[in-house]
Amino acid sequence: MNTAATNGELLGMPARDTPQEASGPSAKGPAPVEIVVAYGFWIFLLSDIIMFSALFASYAVLSGDTAGGPAGSDLFNLKHVAIETLCLLFSSYSCGLGALAIDRRHLSAFYLCSAVTFVLGATFLGLEITEFAGMVAQGAGPTRSAFLSAFFALVGLHGVHVSIGLSWLVFMVGQVGAQGPRDYVLRRLHCFSLFWHALDIIWIALLTLVYLVGARS
Amino acid sequence: MMPEKSPDSAPGKQRDQSSGSLGGYTAGLGFALLLTAGSFLVGKTGLFWPPGVPVGLAVLAIAQMGVHLVFFLHLSTGKDNTNNVLALAFGVLIVGLVVSGSLWIMVHLNANMMPAAAAMEMRH
Repeated sequence: MNTAATNGELLGMPARDTPQEASGPSAKGPAPVEIVVAYGFWIFLLSDIIMFSALFASYAVLSGDTAGGPAGSDLFNLKHVAIETLCLLFSSYSCGLGALAIDRRHLSAFYLCSAVTFVLGATFLGLEITEFAGMVAQGAGPTRSAFLSAFFALVGLHGVHVSIGLSWLVFMVGQVGAQGPRDYVLRRLHCFSLFWHALDIIWIALLTLVYLVGARS
Repeated sequence: MMPEKSPDSAPGKQRDQSSGSLGGYTAGLGFALLLTAGSFLVGKTGLFWPPGVPVGLAVLAIAQMGVHLVFFLHLSTGKDNTNNVLALAFGVLIVGLVVSGSLWIMVHLNANMMPAAAAMEMRH
C-alpha cells in the first residue's frame, strides 16, 4: 500500500521498492513492519472500543431501570473502586516501563516490570470478582433488574478483557524466556502494551459513567 | 507481508521508536493520578454545584483519556502516526453516533411510552 509511484511512472506499472526522490510519507517505500503491525492492532482496539460503546449506550439507557431493586448508590463502594483504579493505573505504568526495559534489552528489568504488571492486574481482577460475588450474595445479581444486567455485561466484559490480557502477559513472558527478544516477539509485546493501555482508557469511562455518576443518583 | 526494504528501518533494527521514555510514562502517570483524584473529588464530595457534576466528570474523563493516548499509547502528530490518528478519529465518530444516537432514541421512546401505572392497570 505504501509503494510510491514516481512522477514519470504510469498508473498500473509495478512500483519499485528502491528509495525514491518523491516526497511524502509513502515515498520512501513500504512502512516498517512494526508500524504496519501496530496500525493493524490499533484498528482492532478501535473496533473493540466500538463494541464497548454499544454496551455503554445500553447501560446509560437502562441505568435507571432498577425494577424496585437496589440502585447503584446502594451497591457501589467507591473506596473499593479507587483501589481498583490505582491498580490499573500503576499496572499501565509498569507495563510501559517493561516496554522500555525490553527495548534496551534489560531482560531482568523486563521480568520484574511484567511481574508487577501481572500482580496489579490480578489484584484488580480479584477485587472485581469479590465485588461481583458480594452483589450476587445480596440478591443483586444480573437477573435482578435491567440496570444490573447492563452493569454486569459492561463491567464483566472489561473484566474478561483484563483476564485475557493477563494470560497474554504470561504467554509473552514465556516467549521472551524461551526465544529471547526477537523481532516478532517484540512486535507482539508492543501489541500487548497497546491492549493493556487501551483497557485503562475503557476503565476511565467505566469509572466515570458507572461508578462516579452512579453512586450519586 | 512486504519484505523489509524500507530505507527508514535499518537491517536488524526493529526497535520501535515510539516506545516513549521514562519521563513520558512518569508524566503520564502523574497527570492520570491528578485527574483521577480530581474525578473522585468532584464526584464524591459535595463541594461542587450538583447539576454541574456530571459535566465536570465527563470533562475530567475525556482529559484523562487524552493523557493516556498521548503518554501511554504514544499517539502523536508524527508522520508514522497520521493513519493512527485518522483511525482514532473515525472510531470516535462511530462511538459518538452509537452512544448519542441510542440515548436520543431511547429518551424519546420513553417520553412516548405509557406511564408505568397505566400499563399495570391495562394488564388486569
